[in-house]
Amino acid sequence: MRDVAIIGIGDTKFGELWDSSLRRIGIEAGIAAISDAGISGDEVDALYVGNMSAGRFIEQEHVAALIADYAGLTKNHIPAVRVEASGASGALALREGYLSVASGEYDIVVVGGAEKMTDVGDEDITNIQAAAMDQEWESVFGATLPSLYAMMARRYMHEYGATREQFASVPVKNHANAAKNPKAQYRRAIKPETVLNATMVADPLGMFDCAPNSDGAAAVVLAPMEIAKKYTDTPIRIAGSGQASDSLALHQRRDILTMDATVYAVRRALKQAKKEVKDIQVAELNDNYTISEILALEDIGFVEKGKGAEFSHSGQTAIDGRIAVNTSGGLKARGNPIGATGIAQAVEIVRQLRGDAGERQVDGAQVGLTHNVGGTGATAIVHILEVA
Amino acid sequence: MKTGIVSYGAYIPRSRIEPAAIGQVWGIDGAAMGKGLMVSRKSVPMPDEDTITISVQAARDMMRRAQVDPAEIGAIFVGSESHPYAVKPTSTIVAEAIEAAPHLTAADYEFACKAGTAAIQTSMGLVGSGMMRYSVAIGADTSQGAPGDALEYTAAAGGAALLIGTEKDRLIAVINHTYSFTTDTPDFWRREGQMYPSHGGRFTGEPAYFKHVVTAGKTLMERIGTKPEDYNHVILHQPNGKFPTRAGKQMGFAPEQLKYGLLTPEIGNTYSGAVMLGLASVLDVAKPGDRILMVAFGSGAGSDAFDITVTDEIEKFPREKGTAVRKMIDNYTLIDYATYAKYRGKIRMRE
Amino acid sequence: MGSIPRFWRENPSRYNLVGVKCENCGRVFFPPREICPVCHRESIGKMKRLALSGKGTVYSYTIVQDAHPQFEMLKPYVLAMVEMEEGVKITSQIIDVEPEDVRIGMKVEAVMRRLGAEGNSGILHYGYKFRPVNEQE
Repeated sequence: MRDVAIIGIGDTKFGELWDSSLRRIGIEAGIAAISDAGISGDEVDALYVGNMSAGRFIEQEHVAALIADYAGLTKNHIPAVRVEASGASGALALREGYLSVASGEYDIVVVGGAEKMTDVGDEDITNIQAAAMDQEWESVFGATLPSLYAMMARRYMHEYGATREQFASVPVKNHANAAKNPKAQYRRAIKPETVLNATMVADPLGMFDCAPNSDGAAAVVLAPMEIAKKYTDTPIRIAGSGQASDSLALHQRRDILTMDATVYAVRRALKQAKKEVKDIQVAELNDNYTISEILALEDIGFVEKGKGAEFSHSGQTAIDGRIAVNTSGGLKARGNPIGATGIAQAVEIVRQLRGDAGERQVDGAQVGLTHNVGGTGATAIVHILEVA
Repeated sequence: MKTGIVSYGAYIPRSRIEPAAIGQVWGIDGAAMGKGLMVSRKSVPMPDEDTITISVQAARDMMRRAQVDPAEIGAIFVGSESHPYAVKPTSTIVAEAIEAAPHLTAADYEFACKAGTAAIQTSMGLVGSGMMRYSVAIGADTSQGAPGDALEYTAAAGGAALLIGTEKDRLIAVINHTYSFTTDTPDFWRREGQMYPSHGGRFTGEPAYFKHVVTAGKTLMERIGTKPEDYNHVILHQPNGKFPTRAGKQMGFAPEQLKYGLLTPEIGNTYSGAVMLGLASVLDVAKPGDRILMVAFGSGAGSDAFDITVTDEIEKFPREKGTAVRKMIDNYTLIDYATYAKYRGKIRMRE
Repeated sequence: MGSIPRFWRENPSRYNLVGVKCENCGRVFFPPREICPVCHRESIGKMKRLALSGKGTVYSYTIVQDAHPQFEMLKPYVLAMVEMEEGVKITSQIIDVEPEDVRIGMKVEAVMRRLGAEGNSGILHYGYKFRPVNEQE
């Protein structure tokens, strides 16, 4: 298998993009990535698109072909692949694109992630997101995605004595970071009180413990390492890619306080990259709910199980902390257009490793990690990126 | 062949609303209304409860005590005036829920408040003729009272289930006789498609309730040669607390005889569930040899009367495996009219 | 019409908590599975139907304020993960209790309630919810 590098990145602003359709944002991100890579459309061998649920959000399936079409790539009739793993659709698209280049099947591949959520009402969005869970044995009985994460949070508080104050450190940090990110959905810092006094969604998670509904798209261009330097002075190597699955229903997991899929995915990625957790300076973790970022810190191995809340609360995950987590603002503040998130995470790490992260820059960032989760942890995908 | 009761079960929802809370909304002295009707509060089902869930709860309560293989049940009949479907029976869902399906017959009954007792009579015929070993009769309701109407103070929710068998099995009570008095009397009705029932006001008294209940009770006693003092317990249909008290007097019974079977003052009128819940309440405390007279009344109109004797078997019967009716009556939480209207679907929601 | 067969098919498990027990290793699964995820091929033909007792304890819970439209009438309601006597965990609502009185470790038992309806003219769905067990019973 060949070494693969990211040679170009692009993203739209994330938020409620009333004026933009799915095809419009998909193309915007794709064209930005291609320009950034300095390639022409004719050089693209294949397109991978991560998207969770265009079929229900905009009643449109077959979206990879759609985006290839509107990106002007129909002339060359390139293969276009839509990839879905609920919240991890973006990262899975990246992995599939990566494997296609590493295997030698394609050379230049564009991998995008896009989601258009706001064309339907909030109630519909909640219902559509429920498809990430077990419909028959969770949703039908009244479970919502936040309610399942809330049960993890409740049990975590019960077993480790963590408090909502400690949990609140996650969205506070993420909003502070997003304030420095021009592409973020929410660009204002918030106080802990805002998190603690927010309207309850599913106790103990309130509105500020939950990522928003967003529209947005992001894209990267992949190329084999051996030709990457032709296109860019700062190719970023995909050193490791790991994926794992687990039972769909949360109640069937071995332990609801450990996402085994994350544990296995990171193990596989680290092994391939020949790295250890301590080698990583910057990480984009899947914070769809505050408890998810805390569990991710533990499951990846930045801190031991049960100590994640305190680790976060004591500032260890700030830009200048021991491990800079979610410098982009994370899902919470940068936004979470579901299929785009996994790619947006890669885009942020590439910016960090290139030294292009502006006010969010982590000094001396050489190795970064992205962590993307589907549903309540039935899929987890970890990528390790490093300066080539 | 003698037929009777092998087991019984009951269920009453937990919420209650008081007459004062209802009267306040409609500009009436609700407390006085409640006093006049002899009803202190009535039971209200939760939004996720209905006649099907109540029937299932009562039937499962009955099966917990029964020590009977559900596959031996040959029939299930559920009587109600508030079946969730106009077409698609409650009884088939009950059958699946107690694992009695599929080798049995089932049907739903309607006869206002005496649909459950009609099911008892059918069950007696089916098992007594040797056609099957057991038959289940359930009376359950989540009746609606029109907003502001007198019935809104009493229309309540609850249900009870009886497992009917023959003397070939262990009967905790033998149904010695049943007699019915039935006429075409339009005292209370609900047209297809209407949400609320209508009634004839004072016409529901003398020509309807009293004529049928008293005639049925007296005629049964005449035919079998019993006197009022022969009965330890008397259960009369109870649309409020007043009617059965008066009817009991007219028939020559003392108030103490009605005590255990009169639940309406504390839970409201559970319609098809009413006398059957009264019977369950009596069976909770009955002793071997106790004689019971039960007279149901259904508007439209008819009365089913039953003469029942409790056997020695009741001492060995595991009543504690189910829930006592008294416990369900006493275990409640009060709600206000707004909550009641929301639970009962009386608020017009967006389509 | 809604989806009729999809719901009808699961009624045995939703009405009567019918799961399955692997006779090879003794593990119980709910809902039923064709093959034991631990024993794999050795479990073929050895998966025995088992109705759960309905008794369990609360493993975790939450109070849902923001609900799917079909649960509007019930909010706020308690959603819980119940650890059944047989070892499996189930996701369901806790009813007949004040939300503030729910505790991890609380004993509960399954009852049948209406889970939902397909609009005003569609099929009604029934299934399990849990209520606290009265200790003095």
